[in-house]
Amino acid sequence: MDAVELTVNGRDVHLQLDPRTTLLDALREHLHLTGTKKGCDHGQCGACTVIVEGRRINSCLTLAVMHEGENVTTIEGLGSPDNLHPMQRAFVTHDGYQCGYCTPGQICSAVAMLEEIAADIPSHATQDLGEVEFSDAELRERMSGNICRCAAYPNIIAAIRDVAGEGEA
Amino acid sequence: MKFDRPATANPIDRGRVVGIAHDRIEGAAKVTGTAPYAYERHDAAPNAAYGWIVGSAIAKGRIAAMDLTAAEVAPGVLGVVTHQNAGPLGKGNMNTAHLLGGPAVEHYDQAVALVIADTLENARDAARLLRIDYRAEQGRFDLAADRDRAAKPEDGFGGPADTSAGDFDAAFGRAAVQIDQSYTTPDQSHAMMEPHATTAAWNGDRLTLWTSNQMVAWAVGDMARTLKIPKDRIRVVSPYVGGGFGGKLFLRADALLAALGARAVGRPVKVAIARSQIPNNTTHRPATIQRIRIGADKDGVIDAIAHEVWSGDLPGGEPETAAMQTRLLYRGDHRRTAHRLATLDLPEGNAMRAPGEAVGMLALEVAMDELAETCGVDPVELRIRNDVQYDPEVGPKRPFSSRKFVECLRQGAARFGWEQRDSRPGQKRDGRWLVGMGMAAAFRNNLVASSGARVGVDAQGRVTVETDMTDIGTGSYTIIGQTAAEMMGVPLEAVTVRLGDSRFPVSSGSGGQFGGNSSTAGVYAACVALRTKLAERAGFPAEQVIFEDGLLRLGNQSRPLAAVAGPDGLWAEDRIEFGDLTERYAQATFGAHFCEVGVDIDTAEVRIRRMGGAFAAGRILNPKSARSQVIGAMTMGAGAALMEELQVDTRFGFFVNHDMAEYVVPVHADIPEQDVLFVEELDDKSSPMKAKGVGELGICGAGAAIANAIYNATGIRLRDYPLTIDKLIERAEGSALA
Ligand code: FES
Ligand code: FES
Repeated sequence: MDAVELTVNGRDVHLQLDPRTTLLDALREHLHLTGTKKGCDHGQCGACTVIVEGRRINSCLTLAVMHEGENVTTIEGLGSPDNLHPMQRAFVTHDGYQCGYCTPGQICSAVAMLEEIAADIPSHATQDLGEVEFSDAELRERMSGNICRCAAYPNIIAAIRDVAGEGEA
Repeated sequence: MKFDRPATANPIDRGRVVGIAHDRIEGAAKVTGTAPYAYERHDAAPNAAYGWIVGSAIAKGRIAAMDLTAAEVAPGVLGVVTHQNAGPLGKGNMNTAHLLGGPAVEHYDQAVALVIADTLENARDAARLLRIDYRAEQGRFDLAADRDRAAKPEDGFGGPADTSAGDFDAAFGRAAVQIDQSYTTPDQSHAMMEPHATTAAWNGDRLTLWTSNQMVAWAVGDMARTLKIPKDRIRVVSPYVGGGFGGKLFLRADALLAALGARAVGRPVKVAIARSQIPNNTTHRPATIQRIRIGADKDGVIDAIAHEVWSGDLPGGEPETAAMQTRLLYRGDHRRTAHRLATLDLPEGNAMRAPGEAVGMLALEVAMDELAETCGVDPVELRIRNDVQYDPEVGPKRPFSSRKFVECLRQGAARFGWEQRDSRPGQKRDGRWLVGMGMAAAFRNNLVASSGARVGVDAQGRVTVETDMTDIGTGSYTIIGQTAAEMMGVPLEAVTVRLGDSRFPVSSGSGGQFGGNSSTAGVYAACVALRTKLAERAGFPAEQVIFEDGLLRLGNQSRPLAAVAGPDGLWAEDRIEFGDLTERYAQATFGAHFCEVGVDIDTAEVRIRRMGGAFAAGRILNPKSARSQVIGAMTMGAGAALMEELQVDTRFGFFVNHDMAEYVVPVHADIPEQDVLFVEELDDKSSPMKAKGVGELGICGAGAAIANAIYNATGIRLRDYPLTIDKLIERAEGSALA
């Protein structure tokens, strides 16, 4: 067992963990933060996306002990049913989900993704590498690591546009 | 309530709540991660141990010996369940193969053991320490090779295996235009995002399962049959299901092994089927070979049509009924359909979203495109010419309850801009892209199933609905809430909906796109019963009282609903039972899909540029979630057209690409804007809701529209799905891609 200290959603937590425990299982099984979902456990689906030190990552693909002292934001840290984050509200308004299982991952991913665009971090869809232009193609490319088998894709893009203040395509 | 006569005017027609677009009432729980799924029940089973399934390493044969010693002494291990210690087990009615294999092995990755430990890491690690000695036998894994061995199956869920009318051979032989083509579709995986998962706990001889299942009552029944215990000792709870698509219709290994594991170690156990185990351990949509023959006059009017289908399954399994739509969709006095089933030793084939039609339409609607081209008739016009207002196998004495196919074709074509299409393939270029447009019909049978509910009003006038119906992303919570709100005359916010618990009245469950219409009809029936009780209590004649604005109204008298319900509230329960209207009338949902694709001139990469369609599915209860159902299904159709295929290893008998990295499904970047138009329709023979199913219609034909668009773009006609780059490049010579 290894001692691990994390800051999760602004709260300091001290855990004794098997070093094989993924960050995802630390959240779900040890901290009971089950909002973060496990779809594949192999970095293939994006359901486990959380924000660590400001960057979105697949929490199933990293061990908890690798994040000593780091800041982790999960879906629970973004908002609650009585106090929704704007991205959470936009997903409800635009029906950006169906079964809801990919949804926390999509939302965490979308929140961090908008900051990547704002920081001019280019993607495969970027035309001018010096300055990222906001477009549906950018959003679709950057969100493609988050699979939605219910396929709410156009509604998710509409929700993200709404939050970004970009309106209709 | 018996529904055996067409519906007349009823409170649903007011349309104050039903038929209006609403946000999902469980939306806040889903977007905040507070909706509890099956593996997340720390609240209900706080000390659950972890089970890890060990799957068979052979497809067919026997287990000669199992050595559990190393696993049993591994750190944290609490127990190992195998066929040797599980006790006598039966098999569920809905299962083809046993959920726990051994000593006989029926398919690859069939569960043969469960290792239970204090942590997930320990259970997974110990599972690798099992030593299993197999005696493999030769199995049959290749549908094409076994096609001639396929036999006529028993008449099943969808009706008879074979049908015919008139004299097909003679009529086809004399037809001016003949189409005779074969098509293939591969095995496909549901790939729902939430793996099958169950938390199980015993309290004495009573078992509770928090599980992810579409059909609560089936799960109870099949668990009772498998464990050989009475049904009333089993409770199944499934309030949130992270996608099913048919893959969670049945009791699966997660549920059985969690129950056996919990019994073995004397504490709750939770089990999720690992993603890499899902395609081979659970069910899949079986591959098909389909032959379609159409005989028409030179104007494309069909006189003869035949559709023959070959598929495979384990012994005792069922065929993929891909000819179903061909029995009903187009005219023609001379017709034949046939299904043949080969015995294969691949994992269990079973229902996946729109079983039958989803793959049948992939073939039929390409054949129709080929007929349109041969006759020089526009594909939309061809379908209008072949419209038929009655069951063409039976004749005018069995009309459609409502069939707005032509309206869908016309309105969908106008909205999409179909008139801009050049019917000659390979004509349109946009930079490096060859651009083409294609269309296809949408068709899915309308099934109905008996469904129950209970509804109560409390002293505050708040309405509560309880039914074992599930919401698998389909929007059940909201449409059930809307139905109760409309019937009881309260706003949607004044309704609480509780679903997915076997303590509630048995519903239709979610499957075959029957759930939305059937379960709301059951709630309608319970509300009628509650209205009668309330009216009696208020001293009003039940037939005349109006429920609105939280009041019971009769003329200029009124009483608050809350006051009539009284301090203890009032409950009523009923169910909808369907009579023979589905026999007297053909009932189906219709639509038209349109698609524009670009095909890269060098790489043959296919990109969908636009998708759109018009659909008629009776009353649309919640246009917001119904649209989502349709676009989601269209996207699954795009997956079927362009990428989805379980690759069969015909030597060892398993699906090779068994995870989400290698079984590829559409992602954000694959899907452009999707346009959905609902054509107005009320079907009074379907249910008191006058609604029909809508969850599966969108997949039926979507992939064929893409195939036809690829043909229009390139001039290459592919008939073997999925339509991948290699197949296009192989045929590039002489096409616009050359
Ligand atoms: S669960 Fe982490 S990517 Fe799928
Ligand atoms: S909402 Fe079901 S997978 Fe995205």
